[in-house]
Amino acid sequence: MTGDLNAAAVHAAPLRVATTRPVIRFGKAAAIVVAVVFVVALVGLPLVTVFAEALRGGVRAFADAYSEPFALSAIRLTLEVTAATVAFNASFGILAAWTITKYRFWGKALLLSAIDVPLTVSPVVAGLAILLTVGVHSPLGTWLVAHGLRIAFAPPGIIVATIFVTFPYVVRELTAFMQEQGRELEEAALSLGAGVWQTLLTVTLPTARWALFDGVLLCKARAMGEFGAVSVISGRVRGYTDTVPLHIEILYNEDAFVAAFALAAGLATVTMVLAAIRTGIERRAIARNAVAIAVTRGE
Amino acid sequence: MKPDAIPGRALALGTTVSIVTLLVLIPLAVVVLTASGLSVSGLREALLSPRALAAFRLTFVASLAAASVDLIAGTFVAWVLVRYRFVGDVFLDALVNVPLAMPTAVTGIALATLYAPTGSAGRVLTTIGLHVGYTQLGVWLALTFVGFPFAVRTVQPVLAAMPSHFEEAAASLGASRAATLARVTLPLLGPAILTGFALALARALGEYGSVIFISGNMPLRTEIAPLLIVTRLEEYDYQGAAAIATVLLVASLLALVAINTIQRRLAVARVA
Repeated sequence: MTGDLNAAAVHAAPLRVATTRPVIRFGKAAAIVVAVVFVVALVGLPLVTVFAEALRGGVRAFADAYSEPFALSAIRLTLEVTAATVAFNASFGILAAWTITKYRFWGKALLLSAIDVPLTVSPVVAGLAILLTVGVHSPLGTWLVAHGLRIAFAPPGIIVATIFVTFPYVVRELTAFMQEQGRELEEAALSLGAGVWQTLLTVTLPTARWALFDGVLLCKARAMGEFGAVSVISGRVRGYTDTVPLHIEILYNEDAFVAAFALAAGLATVTMVLAAIRTGIERRAIARNAVAIAVTRGE
Repeated sequence: MKPDAIPGRALALGTTVSIVTLLVLIPLAVVVLTASGLSVSGLREALLSPRALAAFRLTFVASLAAASVDLIAGTFVAWVLVRYRFVGDVFLDALVNVPLAMPTAVTGIALATLYAPTGSAGRVLTTIGLHVGYTQLGVWLALTFVGFPFAVRTVQPVLAAMPSHFEEAAASLGASRAATLARVTLPLLGPAILTGFALALARALGEYGSVIFISGNMPLRTEIAPLLIVTRLEEYDYQGAAAIATVLLVASLLALVAINTIQRRLAVARVA
């Protein structure tokens, strides 16, 4: 059987070289051209549009967009919301990943699925869910307002909605990494007399720092750019509940195109740089894994 | 050491489950509960009025069409990226990530400006009779844009890890390139392609920011279901908004189950 296969291969090889090679070459070039044209048309054109429109009125008009008071307050609010969201989701991510990878309990798959739910929920549905839960029409919202805490149509609501839509990212990155790590390091630390907190802070987190950083960057980028969920819960009060993406919408609808695209270009640059750093980290992780495998194999 | 030799299980598990319940499960349950407060006729008005039906039809049909194009184009682009080395391949690879990294509102105003009848691409397309800005075609285009990276990025690693000797064996046994592709390569890539399709579809069904600027938002024609939720909210029709949201929520949960099922099958197959 093997002999037959080899015979066929030997037989087929010269034939292919003789007759089909130029065709394959043409096919390869055509395939590359089609792929490049498609991606440039679909993705490249909108990307170029963002920066071209932002600079249409010159550098001066671009800079003016960033000196407008409402733009500055939108930037400040976006930074505050992002910081709060990342702080919460990073803490929860560490807790949840620790719980999922270090303990055995009934319903683990169910918990993982529940954490994943916000991944596919529409941002508008997410915003509506938070609004209905803490808005002034719900019992909880009425109680909160009576106690002086307004969540819906106020910055706290924007934070809660942003936490919802970015909820799974840190957990997923950390869980995937810590699952592979296993529990041996923690068990060794504990058996040597370390406490749980000490183990978490000095053993688990330093080992998982790149996975944590990766999740935090993804969470940060999504939090900064979140639009649908925030738009439902914010109530759009200028200078108060107006984030950068919401302010871009307002400027665009007022035909202030240069200002809208100037803010859009700035926001997109930040989120794309965050994404590029993540790609770098992932490449590094793959390279490090390859080295680790080579070392354990004794190569 | 025994399985639960690490202390703190009750506290860690209790806090984790409480946070997930408070932040995710209760708010989503409140949506369904609010919708269930509607009478039968109220529910019919919210979900089966011509305007609601048109919005659902547009959302589902445009999402399916977008995810289908993403499936074909994404698999093809992944193939080119994995199999060929050429000048600018790194650039092409980086460009694929852009829809994931670009905030949806930025995508929305960029597409609307580009494809509006007065926009640089819109002007050209209008002369050949293609109207993209403020039409259903524009909705489809925006959804294709946001779903595209999912289709490429799920297929790409599987294709890269696929040993080429299966294809070489098929070719050496006399299979044509088309037959090798149809009978060997694509079946091996099947689960990955399906995952990419499901991810792109799930993203498209709920998409809002990148669509609302280019769609023009005309009721019965270019109004997507998520936008109708926002419209109902602005009319203080909370129950109507919750009813539409419940339908979208069910669709997104089904998509999540489908994605996880394919992934689990894939993992089992890999171990086997």
